[in-house]
Parts: sequence; C-alpha cells; structure tokens
Amino acid sequence: MPPKLCALCDTSRAIIKRPKTGQQICKECFFWVFETEVHNTIIGAKLFKHGDKVAIGASGGKDSTVLAYVMKTLNERYDYGLDLYLLSIDEGITGYRDDSLETVKRNQQQYNLPLKILGYEELYGWTMDKVVAKIGKKNNCTYCGVFRRQALDRGAASLGVDHIVTGHNADDIAETVLMNIMRGDIARLGRCTLICTQGEDTIRRSKPFKYAYEKEIVMYAYFKKLDYFSTECIYSPDAYRGHARVFLKDLEAARPSAIIDIIHSGEAFEVNEDVKMKTQQTCTRCGYIASNDLCKACALLEGLERGMPSLGIRERRKKEDDTPMPENLRTIPMFQMPDVNKAATVELSSS
Amino acid sequence: MATLALSLHFGGGMELLFDNRRDHEITITLPAPADVRLLIDWIATNLLQERKELFLEGPSLRPGILVLINDTDWELEGEEDYQLKDGDDIVFISTLHGG
Repeated sequence: MPPKLCALCDTSRAIIKRPKTGQQICKECFFWVFETEVHNTIIGAKLFKHGDKVAIGASGGKDSTVLAYVMKTLNERYDYGLDLYLLSIDEGITGYRDDSLETVKRNQQQYNLPLKILGYEELYGWTMDKVVAKIGKKNNCTYCGVFRRQALDRGAASLGVDHIVTGHNADDIAETVLMNIMRGDIARLGRCTLICTQGEDTIRRSKPFKYAYEKEIVMYAYFKKLDYFSTECIYSPDAYRGHARVFLKDLEAARPSAIIDIIHSGEAFEVNEDVKMKTQQTCTRCGYIASNDLCKACALLEGLERGMPSLGIRERRKKEDDTPMPENLRTIPMFQMPDVNKAATVELSSS
Repeated sequence: MATLALSLHFGGGMELLFDNRRDHEITITLPAPADVRLLIDWIATNLLQERKELFLEGPSLRPGILVLINDTDWELEGEEDYQLKDGDDIVFISTLHGG
C-alpha cells in the first residue's frame, strides 16, 4: 500500500487522522492546524488584551503541558503581548502530586516561564494526605476539587494576575456536560460550556482548548516530544467522572464528532426564565465567592477542623451545626481580587 | 507462521500496567495473518501484568488508547487489520489519565 499523502499539503506522508474532520494530514500540517485552531479560538472569543497577565494552570499532565507550550508559541508568533506565568497547586498527595510537580519544574526551565506553586498545606493547613487520613477515600475528590478551584484563584491573586487559562479540552467539557445532565445540575450545565467565565468577584478563567480533541492533544505532545506526567491519582480509582469518560470514549469510537456534538447540545440548552437559580454571594468568613453564607471551602475546612466532616458535605446545614465556631480553628485568609495595576510582589520559585 | 521482532512502547500511564517499563523488545511467532489484532491478544496474555480491563474492552483494545504504527496513527494503517512486518515499532498511549 503506498503511503497516503497529506490532505492539506499533498507532499508529505500523512501521520494522523483528525477526529474532528476525518482528514489525513502530515506532521507539519498537523502542528500548524492544531496551533492555528487554538489561535482562532482565542481570537474568536477575544480572550486576551495586549499586556494581560495570564497564569497557566499547570499540573504537569498532558493538557496543561501542551497548553503551556502552545500559549508560549502563539504569544510569540502572533504577538499577543501576554505576560505568562505557570501556576501549580500542590494538593499534598505523596507519590502523585510531588512527582508531577517535578515535571512542572522542568517545564518552567524548558519554556522559560516563571512558576508559582501554592500548597493546600500553606493555604488550608490540610494536605490531601491528611484529609484522606481523616475522612477516608469517599468524597475526598469533593475536597480536592473545591480546594483546588479556590487555591488557583488565590495563587493567581498573589501573582497579580487577572486571567487564568486551564487545559480543559473538548473531551473534558463533553464529559462535564454529560455529568451535569445526569445530575440535573442546571446551573453548572449552563456554565460548563462557556469558554470564559468571569463573575464580579472572581478571576477570569478561560479554556483555549475548548474545541481541541484529547486525541490531538496527546498526539501533539507525542510528536513534539513534550515532557508530561501521567499517573492516575492514588485517591481516585474510579470516580463519577470515570464513568462519563468511558461512555464518551465509546461514543467517540463509534462517531468521532460525538464530542463536539455533545458540547453543542450543552450550549443549546435554555433555562426557563421562571426557574429559580441560586444567587451568588460572598463568603462571610473568607470573602470568596459563595452560594451560601459560607463558601464551600470554608464549610469543608470547618468540618475537618471540628472533626465533623459531614458538615461541609451536606447541602444544607442543620440548626445544631450553627454553634459558634470554637476559637483556634484554622480558617482561610480573606480573599482579595488582585490589583492588576500593581506589580506582583510575591516571590516566584527560582529553581 | 511468521516470526517477528517488534519494538513495543507504552506511554501516557499505560507503562504502569507493564511492570512500569515503557519499552519492550519482543520476538514472537504468530500464525498468518499476523495482524495487530493478534498482537493485542498476545500482549494481553504474555506481557500485561495487571488490570486487564484497562487494556482491553471485550477482545478489542480499550477505546481511549491511541496506537501508532511506525509513528503513524493506526487509523491510517487499517487499525487491527494491519499486517505486522519484522522490525515494526508500535506505540500505545493512554489518554485516560488526568491532564
């Protein structure tokens, strides 16, 4: 069988079949279309302004590693004028996050970007190792997710950054759409397909890989020989997301466009005007965005500190929970939106 | 019957299923037609150390695992029907691990 030629340049040998289009293309054309599509996503959604300070949420995994590489490439190629940072959260999971943080530190060198690492230990006084020792593996992903979201915002605030980009890809977003439909979470269903979210009191967040297929991200990392870390989190052998993920991969095998189709369905949902949505408020204890008096992180932390973990997991607090907070319990420092006009004064790790 | 020397590589977290080794040089004898379907079956029987369900779904490779044959997407090479040649280089990369 003669080698198939690239559908775009018609000169080189095709090395990948694009899941999005079915096109068979060569390595150089693949790099070019992958990068150009991310660029078009960024321009189309007007994600950045010249001079923006942007933190790349970096876990050391494939998506954020490719994101850091592509953001740096596009920033130079198209003169976005962005000040880029790597921002990593150390959840405190021995044998998992400590190894992946080593990858991020290598990325810092390879891409020559400043790196800030913020740990759960420092921010909450609890590593995930300690949380799991206290509450077991059940529900531990709830703590980790809630804590990470807030930690990213606080890390960004300390960098004086006004924008966080994350490596969420099309497959991730399609999974989240499926999960929110199955859970009947209409508020999140509306938010999860947005390419950019910003509230009054939160830092702008965007997903430049919203339309990038996981297959292409992994192939890009493979052909570019990017250095990334891949191990399953030791505390999450099979979470809810795993089921949505397996289901989605089966759909993709049958019809690759299923991923974009599901994102599109999620976007097309409309909520009746008379449906009551929770209003957002500010946490009375730490000033972070909240749906109740206390933000989820403060509620979870109080539960841990008081030795009553169920306190934070339940949707509604019972009356008897509302005893005054004992003194000397750890709380989270007050959250302040960054003043982006002021230069960041935090220390960046230099190694 | 065909005797083939093959280079196998496992990445994206899949190496954990293979004794934490990424690279495996093997020489195998397979009945004709020696296609990738037979190779996957051979790997599952002879090389896989644990958690078969992370490698196979039924008799086939689990969806979400990317395969490259001589650095080309196996979707361009006929996937499981590809006829193995002596000296082929086959890469398996899991996309199922966190990003």
